[in-house]
Amino acid sequence: MSSREEVPKVNAGSMADIAFLLLIFFLVTTSIETDAGINRMLPGDGESVVIPQRNILPILINGNDELMVDGEVIEIKDLKELTIAFLDNGGEVPEGRNYCEYCQGARDVLSSDNPEEAIVSLMNNRETSYGAYITVQNELAAAYSTLRNREAQRLFKTDFTSLEERYLNEETSAAEKIKLKEKIKMIQGLYPMKLSEAERN
Amino acid sequence: MSKFAKKKDGELPAVSTASLPDIVFMLLFFFMTVTVMKDSSLKVENTLPNASEIKKLEKKDRVIYIYVGKPTPEFASKFGSEPKIQLNDKFAGPSEVGDYILMERAKKSQDLQNVLTTALKVDKNANMGLISDIKQELREVNALKVNYTTYDGDAFNNLQ
Repeated sequence: MSSREEVPKVNAGSMADIAFLLLIFFLVTTSIETDAGINRMLPGDGESVVIPQRNILPILINGNDELMVDGEVIEIKDLKELTIAFLDNGGEVPEGRNYCEYCQGARDVLSSDNPEEAIVSLMNNRETSYGAYITVQNELAAAYSTLRNREAQRLFKTDFTSLEERYLNEETSAAEKIKLKEKIKMIQGLYPMKLSEAERN
Repeated sequence: MSKFAKKKDGELPAVSTASLPDIVFMLLFFFMTVTVMKDSSLKVENTLPNASEIKKLEKKDRVIYIYVGKPTPEFASKFGSEPKIQLNDKFAGPSEVGDYILMERAKKSQDLQNVLTTALKVDKNANMGLISDIKQELREVNALKVNYTTYDGDAFNNLQ
């Protein structure tokens, strides 16, 4: 009996201190990164093309972060609706070459012919704040994804954003990814994002 | 009765701390998995704007970071309070961005060099002038894929 009691226990009390040291080390040397944002492609050096005025939606942001679209001063919260109306207009006559069958817009002859030709032109001043610029970019992205979601719902009974999510998901099988890619390409073809950022001082 | 008396005399049993290391290790592993190592310390203020239409940057090794913002108070006396560009660990002018991108691109392996994204981590109070200069530089070195890094949130919070 007595010999069993004499076996000394290793003192584990300092284990917690060691673990705390490690924990604090990792807390200090690491950071929780925010790695999400709005993806954009910058234009390369291309030749300029003459585009009919009705196919361009000019958006200007001035140094005071005020917004002018198509010659009218508007609030940023109205931008999404205006952009959707412009992209989805489909003003080409029904017998025309570029007639847009799936558009549900007003079909105004003075606005864009079809979504494939509609270009959003974003111009900003050097004094424009980055926050306002991102808000506008975000609203434009929202307009496109609203329209793409609508088409994806019509054609595939699912949201465009969920198609993309499934495509980017690592667990999706390769065969399914090929199918998803086709669908994504098709929807993107219906409403291609054509954003021009011209230089302006 | 003697039994009760004995119990009263005895001291309170100490709370066992044997599970404390386990708890701390659990915390440690949590932080090790959800965080990444800092590659450079920020010398600029970096309150990113909010946006809702965001895409995640999946692969860390395909991203080049550019930070823009006002120098933090400790650097403000030296570098002024105008927004500056931070590349790696030092401040730089817009003209140095092109060289930096080319240098970072050369460091990556061959198969990644064409799929690199430039993540612009810009303070929301910065001006677009500086961003335009950066974008011009990026176009010149053909680094066309950019990501405006933002927080997830309502974009209208950016306008106060």
